[in-house]
Amino acid sequence: MFGFWGRLLDINLSTGATKVVEVPEEIFRKYVGGRGLAAWILWRELGSRWEFIDPLGPENILLVLTGPLTGYYPGIKLVVSGKSPQSGGVIGSTVSSELGVELKSAGYDGLMLRGSSEKPVYVYVDDDGVQIRDATSLWGLGGLKLAEALNDLLYKDMKIERGLDTLPSYIYVGPAGENTVRTSVVMSKHTHAAGYGGYGAVMGSKKIKAVVAKGFGPLPRVSNWGEVIELRKEILRELSNRMRIFRYWGTTEGLWYTGYVTSSEPVRNWLEEWHDVRSFSHEEAERKCWVRNLWSDWGCPTSCMKLSRVSEDARPYVTDGPDYEMGAYLGSNLGVFDIESVVKLSALADELGLCGIQTGNVIGFAIELFERGYLTRDDVGCELRWGNTDCITEILHDIAYRRGLGAILAEGTYRAALKLSERVGVDLLKYGVQVKGVAVGAHGIRSGLDYPQKIAYAGSVQGGDHTSTAGTPLKSTESEAFTAFLDSAVICFFNTVDTVKLIKYLNAVTGWGFSEEDVYLSGVRILTIQRVLLLLGGPDVFWDPRIHDDNPERFYEPLTSGPKKGEAPRREDVKIELIKYYEELGWDELGVPKEETLMKLGVSELIREVERVRVRINLNA
Amino acid sequence: MKIWILRDYSRCVGCRLCEIECSLRHEGIIWPAASRIRIHEYIYGFPIPYLCVQCDDYPCVASCPTKALSVSETGAVLVNEDLCVMCGSCVNVCPGKIPRMVNGKKAVIICDLCGGNPACVEVCESMGFNALKLVRKPAGEVVKAYLTNPHKSSRDLARKLSVF
Repeated sequence: MFGFWGRLLDINLSTGATKVVEVPEEIFRKYVGGRGLAAWILWRELGSRWEFIDPLGPENILLVLTGPLTGYYPGIKLVVSGKSPQSGGVIGSTVSSELGVELKSAGYDGLMLRGSSEKPVYVYVDDDGVQIRDATSLWGLGGLKLAEALNDLLYKDMKIERGLDTLPSYIYVGPAGENTVRTSVVMSKHTHAAGYGGYGAVMGSKKIKAVVAKGFGPLPRVSNWGEVIELRKEILRELSNRMRIFRYWGTTEGLWYTGYVTSSEPVRNWLEEWHDVRSFSHEEAERKCWVRNLWSDWGCPTSCMKLSRVSEDARPYVTDGPDYEMGAYLGSNLGVFDIESVVKLSALADELGLCGIQTGNVIGFAIELFERGYLTRDDVGCELRWGNTDCITEILHDIAYRRGLGAILAEGTYRAALKLSERVGVDLLKYGVQVKGVAVGAHGIRSGLDYPQKIAYAGSVQGGDHTSTAGTPLKSTESEAFTAFLDSAVICFFNTVDTVKLIKYLNAVTGWGFSEEDVYLSGVRILTIQRVLLLLGGPDVFWDPRIHDDNPERFYEPLTSGPKKGEAPRREDVKIELIKYYEELGWDELGVPKEETLMKLGVSELIREVERVRVRINLNA
Repeated sequence: MKIWILRDYSRCVGCRLCEIECSLRHEGIIWPAASRIRIHEYIYGFPIPYLCVQCDDYPCVASCPTKALSVSETGAVLVNEDLCVMCGSCVNVCPGKIPRMVNGKKAVIICDLCGGNPACVEVCESMGFNALKLVRKPAGEVVKAYLTNPHKSSRDLARKLSVF
């Protein structure tokens, strides 16, 4: 086996029992790793009773997985997964974290975390195995305070007499995750997050404050070392040249560009997708906030991150960028166009362990309700209006600690909309810009200038996830099968190169001899499992393809401003596109995988779950 | 000629490509723990490149009971793997605790300046970061300034920029 150890650590937090699980190469060959492996594990372990499993209960399994290219391909990502408390399906949530390399160096490809602990703990993994350690002193902490406290703890454990080595790496949850907020994230290095999916809440429900690893050994062996070395050199050179502008501006550049030029930025809960506030940009951020212009993660030559800081009452607020998604969602989407305020809000979201996208989306939704009179000052405690940074700051905390209205918003846009609709007796779901419980990322589809696929979100197995969108043709980088592959090989989307070269790289590491056909086949296999589990859903949300395979209502309202004023997709066209896309995937017109497809993909046992889906949505009647 | 790796904290982005290249050069594989240069990022966003400074008085060489350590033409400390018994006395006397004893290695690891053409400097320059530069070795004790505990350095840099 090359590129893998074929070993996962299975840790039960309820009993404290740990064991090593051997994963045969055949499985990696079928599911690649990362997201694909997550889909397979969750299906095998929980599939038979999927719809009854509470994502926030001890039965759920939190997965922390690497891929075959972890450590070998420039840049670093880690996949966090489980049954999602947002969609009820499986989301392969990615985060930049050296933890992937540390795990590999310790001799493991990933972790399965089951059960739940009574007391707060952190999981420590190294070459000698696993320890479940007390985390009482860390509970409640986030941001740099958590980093300082945990780094101090870890430093005390290091064997300095063997020379000063670097600290272990870790992922953790902030207060929001501890309080099982559905818009919470799994954090890394105080500003990075595995955002989509709500896995912070899963980790919090298991009372795991952090997952720490330190490996002392080398990465697993590769199949063709000479080729890996050559390709790595070539790609490093390519990336360092191609990425100049990206390196200097980061994704912060999108704050102005995605609004003004491509008209696809959320502005005031997507009432608009265009703005001409030129100061809402990377240049303003650089002048006013950046204290480090280049910041990178393990093995990455791109260096798209920037470190931002603003001070208020002598208290520093620190975040990266703000990166585009976070900046757009906690900025323009809330009517906040002052870059320093956006840095402050982003830093707070990071510190609380909240997802900038999901939380910015639900707050934007709440502000719209307030402006429309469905929420009042009595409900909120302050004037929740566009651009009221002070009130938004309050709400961020209320969500993280589930206080007052925050307790409802902490359920995410979809569930909050249902609850509030019930309360006011009006259908408010139409103001929620989400797909299948997952808030849509900060890239609109109405202008067609940014995300050209009208089915990008409607057809995604990860709902509103902008990093995993549906599209045709199937065998292209436009399709979700390709993204599923990237997230399974576990490489950063920003560092991708030509597909042929990527496949060559995968083959050099694994020795699999994959063709382009194999890549898409594995992608479709992964999507098919994800789709079936998504349609099984539960226990509190269920998706009917006839209703929920659709864009948010707002995306059918014509754009009210910008270069594409008046544009909006037509619902009929979206339906037609979806059917075409499903057909390519081997799914029926409702997106339920056909039996022959399951056979072709070598997952014929999935038929049991497909049958249950058919019963649930009354297809057999 | 004695050379030295100049480290510019303000330019280090924390990409660890230096670590990877170092392990490739010395071990022929990617083995981060066996890299002679390490990036310490105690406060995230403030990475500190940390490696042997080639002290003017070489306390490690002097302390080695088996004469496994010597000084090369470039000024680097060389480890004779056959003589090293991993006793830890070099780590003990090093004011920066820089030599490391890594599981799986037969001898202690210390930066050898790659015989004059360090892999870390090469990649840092070619990727356009320039946090590491090859210079003529400064005379005297001044090099020891870079023995400050990297955790402290990281914290100080963060403090300087009011991040922390």
